[in-house]
Amino acid sequence: MSNATSNTETVHRVSFLDKDSLSIPILKILQADGTTFENAVLPVIDQDLAAKIYDTCVFTRVLDERMLAAQRQGRISFYMTCTGEEAAVVGSVAALDQDDVILAQYREHAAIRYRGFTTEQFMNQMFSNEKDLGKGRQMPIHYGCEALNYQTISSPLATQIPQATGVGYSLKMQGKRNVAICYFGEGAASEGDFHAGLNMAAVLNSPTIFFCRNNGYAISTPTNEQFAGNGIASRGVGYGMHTIRVDGNDMLAVMAATQQARAYALEHNKPVLIEAMTYRLGAHSSSDDPSGYRSKDEEAKWQQHDPVKRFKLWLINKGWLAENDDAALYEKYREEVLAAVKVAEKLPAPKIDEIIEDVFDEPTPRLKQQLTELKQHIKKYPDSYPRSAGRD
Amino acid sequence: MAKINMLQAINDALTIAMETDDKAVIFGEDVGHFGGVFRATSGLQDKFGRDRCFNTPLTEQGIAGFANGLASNGMTAIAEIQFADYIFPAFDQIVNESAKFRYRSGNEFEVGGITYRTPYGGGIAGGHYHSQSPEAYFTQTPGLKVVVPRNAYQAKGLLLASIRDKNPVVFFEPKRLYRASVGEVPDEAYEIELGKAEVVQQGTDITVLAWGAQMEIVEEAAKMAAKKGISCEVIDLRTLAPWDVDTVAASVKKTGRLVINHEAPLTGGFAGEIAATIQQECFLYLESPISRVCGLDTPYPLIHEKEYMPDALKTFEAIKASMKY
Repeated sequence: MSNATSNTETVHRVSFLDKDSLSIPILKILQADGTTFENAVLPVIDQDLAAKIYDTCVFTRVLDERMLAAQRQGRISFYMTCTGEEAAVVGSVAALDQDDVILAQYREHAAIRYRGFTTEQFMNQMFSNEKDLGKGRQMPIHYGCEALNYQTISSPLATQIPQATGVGYSLKMQGKRNVAICYFGEGAASEGDFHAGLNMAAVLNSPTIFFCRNNGYAISTPTNEQFAGNGIASRGVGYGMHTIRVDGNDMLAVMAATQQARAYALEHNKPVLIEAMTYRLGAHSSSDDPSGYRSKDEEAKWQQHDPVKRFKLWLINKGWLAENDDAALYEKYREEVLAAVKVAEKLPAPKIDEIIEDVFDEPTPRLKQQLTELKQHIKKYPDSYPRSAGRD
Repeated sequence: MAKINMLQAINDALTIAMETDDKAVIFGEDVGHFGGVFRATSGLQDKFGRDRCFNTPLTEQGIAGFANGLASNGMTAIAEIQFADYIFPAFDQIVNESAKFRYRSGNEFEVGGITYRTPYGGGIAGGHYHSQSPEAYFTQTPGLKVVVPRNAYQAKGLLLASIRDKNPVVFFEPKRLYRASVGEVPDEAYEIELGKAEVVQQGTDITVLAWGAQMEIVEEAAKMAAKKGISCEVIDLRTLAPWDVDTVAASVKKTGRLVINHEAPLTGGFAGEIAATIQQECFLYLESPISRVCGLDTPYPLIHEKEYMPDALKTFEAIKASMKY
C-alpha cells in the first residue's frame, strides 16, 4: 500500500515550500462602478433573480438597522448584523436549489430570508414568543426552519462544519440531487471541527460547499493574529479539495463561484471550498464596540466597497433599476419591520409546559415530576414568575 | 439458540440494524474492511458495501459531527468511538450538539437516529488511556440516553433498542467482557426496553446495584454474602440516563439497604446521583447509610489495577458493613 501523495518527484538538496508557493487568484466580476470586467464570465442570472437578490439585500439592511436600534432600546437582548457581507451570503444562496441544505454560523440571516422566512418569523424568534419555531429557547438571531432547509443556528463555532459533511453525505446516500452548504468565518476555521469536517468531506466524497466568510475579524482578533498561512483557501488545496477565492463583496463573483461549485459537487460527489474576502462593517454583535480594535479610517475605506451599492450600480447599468426605485422598497420594509416588532413583542412567551418538551422525543417521568413541582412553586409565588404565573 | 460472545452479539445487532433499515450507516476508525480493532464490525463492509460501512479519518470530533449531520437529515448514524478514553475530542459535538439538537430547534431538527458505540472500562491492563469509565460526564447532559450492557444477550437487545430509539444514545460496551462474556443469544431480532433496570437476583436483606462489567463482580460478592447468610437483591441498572428510579426504590423499600458499585472514580460518579435520589425516595425505609464501592479518585493506574478496582471483596465488605451498621 503506497502513501497517497500526488507525485513521486524527488530532490537531492533541502528545499522548503512556503505560503507563497501556491498562488491563489481572487475572482472578480463586478467593478466598483457597477460595470463588469472585460472578459468576465457572468453567472446565470436574469432580471427576476436579480430583483429577488436585491430585495433580500434591502430587507437585510433594514432589518439590521431596525433591530440593532431595538436592541439599543432594550426591546431585545442581543443582535448581530450582516452589514457588509450581504453579497457573500445572498450571492451564494441565490446559486443554490431550495432543497440544498444550509448550515449557517449566525451572520447569514439574509440566506434564510432569501429562502422565504417571513418578517413575522424573524420577530417571533427575536422576541422568544409563543410563535417562535424554536419555542423561545435560544438567543435572538438563532433562526432555523425545517421547511426552508435551514438548520437551526448553534452558538458554538464551527460545529456545523463536520455536520455539513454528514448532511452532504446523507443527500448523496438518499440519491438526491442536492448539496449541503456550510457557512463559517475565518475565525471559526481555526477550530478543530474545521479540519475534521473538511478532511472528512474530501476523504468520504461528500457533496458539500464550504463557504468561508473571511471578514477580517473574529470579534476583535484580526486575521494576522488568526492564521499565518495564505488565508483559508490554501487549506482546501491541502485537503485535496476544489478551492476558489472570490471577492466577497462582488455579488456576481460569489454567484458564479457558487453556481459552479454546486455543479461540480453534484457531478463528482465532492466538496468545494469557497473563501469570500469581505469585511464586517458592523460590530461583531450588539455587545461589541469595534472602536477598541480598529480605526474609523479602515471602516470608511471598506464603506467604499459596499457590496449592496456595487450590485445596485450593476442593476442600474443593466437598466433593471433606476436610482431612486429602491426608496419605496426601503420604506416598505421599514414599516413592515416596525409593525412586526409591535405585534411580536406583545405576544406571550411559550407556556412553561414546553420547558420539558424536546429534551427527548417524549418527556421522561422525572421531567414531568420536575415540571409539576415547578408549577406548584410558581403557583405559590406568582408575583416572582409573572411570565408563567396564571397561564394554566 | 447459539452460544456466542458479546462481540458476536454486537455484530449480530449491527447486522440486523443494517438489514432492517436502509438508512443505517456504520462508521468510525478502522471499522471498515478491518472490522474494528475489537472486530465488532467484522464482515459488515463486505455485506453492506463501502457506502454504508466505512473508515473515517482519525478524528473523534469529526465522527461525532458527521453523525450529527447524517442524523439531522434522516439517517440512522451508528458511530464507533474506538475507546471511551478517546471520546473527549467529540465531547462538544455530543454534549452541545447531539444532546441539544431537538431542544434548541423546537423540534424543527433532531438527531435521534444517532448511536455512539464505545468500549469502556478496565481490567485489560490498559492503563489510564484504555480503561476509563466516563459515563457520568454524559449522564448530566439532558437529551442523551446512556446505556451499558452486562453480557452478550443484553448487548444485542439493548444495542438494537438504542439504534432504533428516537434519541441520541451513548452505548458503553464493557470491553473486558467482549470475548469473556459468552451466553445463549437468540438469532432473531429482539429489543430490551431502555430506561428499565433488571432485578437479576431476588433478595431480602440488602440491594446491590451496578451495571456493565461490574455486574459479574457484584454477583460474585452476593454469592460470598449468601454464604454468610445475607440475602442480596442484585439489580442491573442497564440504562443510566434516564434511569429507572422506581425499580431501585421499590427494592430498597423492601431491603432497607443499598450498596452501589461502579468502576469510575467515586467523586462525581453516577452512584452519587443514585444515592441522593434513593435517600429522598426511601428515607424512612433505610436501615443504614447508602454505600458506594467505586474506583479511587485517581487516574486509572496500570500496575495497581487490581487494587484500584471496586472488586468483589470490597463489595462484600461493604455489604457486611451495611448489614452490621
